[in-house]
Amino acid sequence: MPQPLIEIQALYKTYSSKGGNVPALEDIHLTIDGGDIFGIIGLSGAGKSTLVRCLNFLEKPTSGTVRIDGVDLSSLTPAGLRELRRSVGMIFQQFNLMMQRTALQNVLFPLELQKADRKKSEARARELLELVGLADRAGAYPAELSGGQKQRVAIARALATGPKVLLCDEATSALDPTTTASILSLLKQINRELGLTVVIITHEMRVIESICNRVAIIDAHRIAECGPVEEIFNRPRSEAARRLILPREPARAMAGKRCIRIVFDGSSSFEPVVAGLVLEFRTPINILFADTKNVGGHAHGQMVVQLPEEEPLAERMIRSLSARGLTVEEAEGYVE
Amino acid sequence: MWNEAMLRLLLRGIGETLYMTLGATLFAYLTGLPLGLLLVVSAPDGLAPCRPVYKTLDILVNLTRSIPFLVLMISVIPFTRIIAGTSIGSTAAIVPLVLSAAPFVARLVESSIREVDPGVVEAAQSMGASVMQIVCKVLLPEAKPSLLSGAAIAVTTILGYSAMAGAVGGGGLGNIAISYGYNRYQSDIMLVTVILLILIVQLFQEIGTRASRRTDKRR
Repeated sequence: MPQPLIEIQALYKTYSSKGGNVPALEDIHLTIDGGDIFGIIGLSGAGKSTLVRCLNFLEKPTSGTVRIDGVDLSSLTPAGLRELRRSVGMIFQQFNLMMQRTALQNVLFPLELQKADRKKSEARARELLELVGLADRAGAYPAELSGGQKQRVAIARALATGPKVLLCDEATSALDPTTTASILSLLKQINRELGLTVVIITHEMRVIESICNRVAIIDAHRIAECGPVEEIFNRPRSEAARRLILPREPARAMAGKRCIRIVFDGSSSFEPVVAGLVLEFRTPINILFADTKNVGGHAHGQMVVQLPEEEPLAERMIRSLSARGLTVEEAEGYVE
Repeated sequence: MWNEAMLRLLLRGIGETLYMTLGATLFAYLTGLPLGLLLVVSAPDGLAPCRPVYKTLDILVNLTRSIPFLVLMISVIPFTRIIAGTSIGSTAAIVPLVLSAAPFVARLVESSIREVDPGVVEAAQSMGASVMQIVCKVLLPEAKPSLLSGAAIAVTTILGYSAMAGAVGGGGLGNIAISYGYNRYQSDIMLVTVILLILIVQLFQEIGTRASRRTDKRR
């Protein structure tokens, strides 16, 4: 039974500026279990970067509680908080490596802060560089490394103090798709091998789909929806979730007709669903969008189709699809 | 003019100029460096914001920076006597030089430290670094190349001021230029001192630039 590692209750964060108070986060409740790869997704300005900084108190919440491993962060003294931060690693979009230190010296940095034994520290730092696949670049300065390599050094640095949680703030947003995939698989490997809980902040659905098991969708400073990734992908309940999952191109030419979204899971992906439907009802349907994705390690597909205008016929088609064990839902708002 | 006495005079001038410049730079950094760090740390967006400290230092630095060096030097003569025991000579000249250069150095340090990527500071905080550790292990090392080129600017500026100190009994090349080149119309001596001053400035500037470039790993 997984234990809750991070608990957030009734968290509010407000920034005060000259024009009055600006809310960044409102009434956030979240529980992240040990061993999770937990995604927090939202569009820019939704408040997700502020939320992740509330997890290690780089930003102090205006009200509400944050508990890590049962410890209420607001109850800690400044020294206690610094101690706690050693069990919460963090990586960033811009890597934030020290430019005047080599890769090895960057990984050594958090150990120097603890005044750890120099020899043991160096052995540990080299071990971590090995883990992230950069053993041969230990002496290189960040300026001599590629973006992906810099993020690997940053990951090694974040792991140096043996944290329980790794916070990733848009860690792949500055990287190209191939590098993103390799960093994500490294994070997954770390989660599996070291049992580290990973919290991922992103604006890209594909990041969530490829490695997270749970996701919270944050929209307009609040949690719009939270749950297992597969469940939210199959049956998004909130407007924000639909916006992130559905493709965004509006098909204006087809306006006014009824659209549905069909979700395939691994077992039904191989059946010729659309062809079967057309043969059965002898009526053409219009495919507006189709896509397959790897969600939580399973092949998932989604398709947006346009049904004939005749209502009874459309109803029968939907029933027929549901009978095949597919998830079918109205895709309102897709056709604008 | 090239007799032994004149050579000895010029050599002594160079010695006094270097003594005043380097001595004043040393003390200016001993006070200006912590002052500059304190300005950054206590600033509203700093690591430990403290408005009274920041405002006091900010005003103090601006006040001292706005007094012309010549005026400052003369007005602090009583203070110079207390510190140096005399108001004449190169050692005495160091006192007003430091008073004038320390705030200038503080501003140079402040701007160098501000160049450090705030993201790097945030990363250090996320790893549990204290304010002192961030200053010593992040801000100063990361700003080192910029601090070194700032130091070259400081040395050359202080050298310029030291020539002014020569006008009121501070000695050095400035003193020679004024008493021989100006008061006695010996324009050849004037020319030689000007050339010597240019060479010294070039030398310091070059050392600073090279040291800065050599330590910078951002290429």
